[in-house]
Amino acid sequence: MKVTLWGTRGSLAAPGADTVRYGGNTSCVSVEGPEGTLLVLDAGTGIRNLGRNLPEDLKRVDILLTHLHMDHLQGLPFFAPVRNPDIETHVWGPASTMLSLKARLQRYVSPPLFPVSVRDLAPKLCFHELSLDMFDIGEFEIAAQLVIHPNPTVGYRIVHNGKVVTYLPDHEPMLGARTFPRSPQWTSGYDLAAKADLLIHDTQYSPEEYQGRVGFGHSNMVQAFEFAALAGVNRFVPFHHDPSHSDDQLDQMILDAMREVDPGFGVTPGQEGTKFDLAELMD
Amino acid sequence: MAQQEVEVILARHLAEHLALPVFIIDPQGNLIFFNEPAEAVLGLRFGDTGLMPSSEWSTMFEPVDQDGKPIAPEELPLVIAMTQGHPAHRAFWIRGRDFKTRQIELTAFPLLGQSGRISGAVSIFWEVTK
Repeated sequence: MKVTLWGTRGSLAAPGADTVRYGGNTSCVSVEGPEGTLLVLDAGTGIRNLGRNLPEDLKRVDILLTHLHMDHLQGLPFFAPVRNPDIETHVWGPASTMLSLKARLQRYVSPPLFPVSVRDLAPKLCFHELSLDMFDIGEFEIAAQLVIHPNPTVGYRIVHNGKVVTYLPDHEPMLGARTFPRSPQWTSGYDLAAKADLLIHDTQYSPEEYQGRVGFGHSNMVQAFEFAALAGVNRFVPFHHDPSHSDDQLDQMILDAMREVDPGFGVTPGQEGTKFDLAELMD
Repeated sequence: MAQQEVEVILARHLAEHLALPVFIIDPQGNLIFFNEPAEAVLGLRFGDTGLMPSSEWSTMFEPVDQDGKPIAPEELPLVIAMTQGHPAHRAFWIRGRDFKTRQIELTAFPLLGQSGRISGAVSIFWEVTK
């Protein structure tokens, strides 16, 4: 299972000289199986670069959206397969009792917000509303569960051959947990992250910034480390960086959190372009 | 025990911040939380009881109607909300574990999520004072 980070920024794309190392593209992660199954986690602006680096013989791609906030969706119309009639593109997202996934996406991918409508994209574009039960896509077994973040938002747990990747880009587990981080039963996202080989998790704020942003739906760096420790993960990837944080600030935030939490797991800073091969991740 | 659903986690979080008595049950009918104001009405602390099956909590407080007739568990608003998937309201009498009889009014609603799944039910209630 190969995982690549194509966009690691949250809220708003943040290109610039001081964000070159971590990158300025918003959330997008690809997961590729040995048999060629390709999952794309979220369609932030990072998906555009992914679309330029796809296997030539690709026939199907599955885009798993965690939610429909703009920073996780904005790149969708710019992803090459959605305009390619020879590629089957499946878009998965949280269900709503009010509108279908396609109708909700249409709110953005339509005039006046966008010059092209969803219905004008490739004819082989299919939409699926998540059932919150386990399901398979190709060689992957996938679990999606609602997590704490404004508006219906899921996290994903992707399993292949006993290896687990968990993706929780927008998540505030501290909210609702009375004795965080001590009670797995009452901690949002715990089941998705438990014993994951690789956890990619929201670390948007510093502890100081979080004080004025409780309930916004994001974690601070230290809370995210503590969540990873509670879940017993093997490797942790700080992700969904605030657009105001420079590369140097992010380096320092991660270092500070590691000093405070003293994690028993590996940490890889979430930088655009970083690749993981789960077969090679050390226990 | 598996992690609680997000709707239940957030419901408990809200209950802990309210001055209104609140009960929360899971889809199996187990009482999984009641808050401090509820403890005062019931004469019982959640920390002492922990999770209670429906067979216990639905009869423990001896709910009766205005004629003193016992109310069956399936007629309680919280059970109706859970089993029938819609809000319910009723006024009735209960006897707390402090042996005091109190008239309460109770409104219950199911935790019906955007996925169409019911992950539990919540009731708020208050003591009717003359």
